[in-house]
Amino acid sequence: MTERSPARPVSRRGLLTGGALAAGGALAGATAVTAAARSDDPAVRPVPAVPVARVGTAVEPFHGPRQAGVATDPQAHAAFVAFTLRPGTDRAALGRMLRLLTDDAARLTQGRPALADTEPELGLLPARLTVTVGFGPGLYRAAGLDDRRPPSVADLPRFGIDRLQPRWSGGDLLLQICADDPVTVAHAQRVLVKDSRPFATVAWVQQGFRRAAGAEPGRTQRNLFGQLDGTANPEPGAPLDTAVWVPDGPPWLRDSSTLVLRRISMNLETWDLLGRTDRELAVGRRLDTGAPLTGTAERDEPDFAALGPDGLTVIPDFSHLTRARVGEDRLKILRRPYNYDGVPTADGTADSGLIFASYQADVARQFLPIQRRLAERDLLNEWTTPIGSAVFAIPPGCPEGGWIGQQLLG
Amino acid sequence: MPSTVSVRRPRPAVLLATALLAAATAGCAGDAPAAPSPSVSASPSPAAGVLGVRDPWVKAADTGMTAAFGTLVNDGVTDVTITAAATDVSPMELHEMTMKDGRMVMRAKPGGIVVRAKSSHVLEPGGDHLMLMDLTRPVRAGDELTFTLTFADGRTQTFTAVAKPFTGAQESYDPGHGAPMSAPGATPGTSTSPAS
Repeated sequence: MTERSPARPVSRRGLLTGGALAAGGALAGATAVTAAARSDDPAVRPVPAVPVARVGTAVEPFHGPRQAGVATDPQAHAAFVAFTLRPGTDRAALGRMLRLLTDDAARLTQGRPALADTEPELGLLPARLTVTVGFGPGLYRAAGLDDRRPPSVADLPRFGIDRLQPRWSGGDLLLQICADDPVTVAHAQRVLVKDSRPFATVAWVQQGFRRAAGAEPGRTQRNLFGQLDGTANPEPGAPLDTAVWVPDGPPWLRDSSTLVLRRISMNLETWDLLGRTDRELAVGRRLDTGAPLTGTAERDEPDFAALGPDGLTVIPDFSHLTRARVGEDRLKILRRPYNYDGVPTADGTADSGLIFASYQADVARQFLPIQRRLAERDLLNEWTTPIGSAVFAIPPGCPEGGWIGQQLLG
Repeated sequence: MPSTVSVRRPRPAVLLATALLAAATAGCAGDAPAAPSPSVSASPSPAAGVLGVRDPWVKAADTGMTAAFGTLVNDGVTDVTITAAATDVSPMELHEMTMKDGRMVMRAKPGGIVVRAKSSHVLEPGGDHLMLMDLTRPVRAGDELTFTLTFADGRTQTFTAVAKPFTGAQESYDPGHGAPMSAPGATPGTSTSPAS
C-alpha cells in the first residue's frame, strides 16, 4: 500500500471488503488486548501524585538486576539514540565504552553531574531520568559473540505495509534516555554521545513525548490520533515480569529483555476525514473512555461475540482490538510508546506519529505473532505506516561498581 | 621533575572559555569546590591514603601531552603538599594556570600543590592539574590509569583514574617558567581510535 486510497468516510460494510486489509501492523497492540477483566478504572486508580516542585528531583534507581526504563512508569520525554560501531570497536573497546556510559548513567540518573561534565549544573535535576542500553545484532558480531545473540534479536521479517527508511532503522547499540524534563534528556544525551564518539557514530535519534509529568496521573497515554494507547499492557508485578523478562539462562540472558522499536507515521490528513463512529470502529474502542465498544470502562472485557442490530459483531473483526488481542501474559508485549510531532509542510500536512517501543522477553514468541495478525488485517493500517524498525536486546542490569554488558562482554 | 618532552609545534591559541574557567577557579587552593561537583565516585575510588581522591579522570589522548583531574580531599588537621605525580605512560609535572602577557598559560607549579587541612582542592581544566608530558602509548577512552602521588614528607599514595573523551583542556604551555625545557605545544589530541 504505497498510496493511501483516496481518503473517504469509512462505512462498516465498506471496510469489510475495501482496501482496509492492506497488510502491515503498525500500532501493534495499540489500545488493544485485554486479558483479564479488570474492574478498576485507571482514572480512579490510586497513583501517588508528585508535587510539581518535586518533579525535577525525583529519582529512579539505576543499579539492580534489571535495567531501569522498561518497567519504569513512562516519563514524559524520551530520546532513542542509536549508534553504529566504528570499525575496530571490538569486545575490549565495547567494555571500555560501556564502562564510561554506565558511569555517566549511574551519576546522571541520581542527580549528580557526569565525570568531566562540562555543564554540571544541568546534571542536578534527574527528573526520574533513566538510561537504558540496548544491543543490536551488529554489537554481537563486533564482539565476536554472535553465538550469544538471542536468535530473534535480528531485523524483523518484512511486512507488506512497511516503508522503512534507513534513517530510522537498525543500529548496533541503543540508548533509551527518558526523563520528566526535556532539558535533563538533552543533557544526558549530550554527555552520552560525547563519551560514545571514540567508539561509534550516531545512526539516528528519535525524540518523543507524552503528557507532562503529573498532568494525567495513572492515565493510559493518548497518541496523536486521540486514542488511548497501551490499555492492554500487562499489569505491573507478576504479569509484567512474565511478559518482559527472561527468567533463566546464562548470566547475559537472565533478567534481560528485548526491544522492538518501530517508527509509525500516522496520517492525520486522512484520519481527519473519518467521523467519530468510524474511528471507534477501526479500533474497537470508544475514543473518550477507551472502553471496548461492548463495554463502558477502559478495562472492561470486550465481548467479541456480541452482535449489533445489523447482525454484525459490535466489535468488528478487523478492529485493532480484535487483531491485537492476546490472552496469556507470556504472549503479551509491554508497550511503552512516545508520540513524535515533526514540522508540518507549508500546506500544513502534519509529520506526526508514534515511536512504538515494545518490550518482551522474546520477539519471536510475543511480538511477531501479534504483528503478523495486525499486518494481515488491522483497519488502522489504513492510516498508519511503519517508516523505521530496529530490534535490540536489553541486557541485564548491573550492581553498583559493575557495568551494563559485563555479563556478555566481561 | 625534569622531563624529556619532545619539541612540538607551539599552539598559541588559548580558548577564551578556558581562560574564563581558569580565572573563575584562580586561587582555589584551600577552597572547597563551589560549583556543583560530583560526589564520591563509586568506581575509581580513592585509595585509602593521605588524601581522598574524588572523581579522578584523565583526558584521553593518542600522543603528546594530556592531563589528569579530580578533587583532592584532606580530612586531616595539617596541610598536605604534593611534590610529584607519576604514571607509567608518561613523565609528569604538577601544573598551574597563570596569566602571562595577557593570556592564561600553564606552567609547573612552584612548591607543589598544597591541600589545606580540612578542605579540598579541585584539579580541573583551566586550573591546577597533573600533567602528562609525553605519552609513550595512547591513553584510550575508558582506559584506567594508575597514578602515584608523592608528598613533601616522603609518603606516597596511588589512585586510579578513568580516561574520558574530552575536547577542552587545551591550555597553552609556558615552559620558560619553572620548567626545564622549551616550547612544546600543549594540545593533546583527542583519542578517536577505539582500538589500541
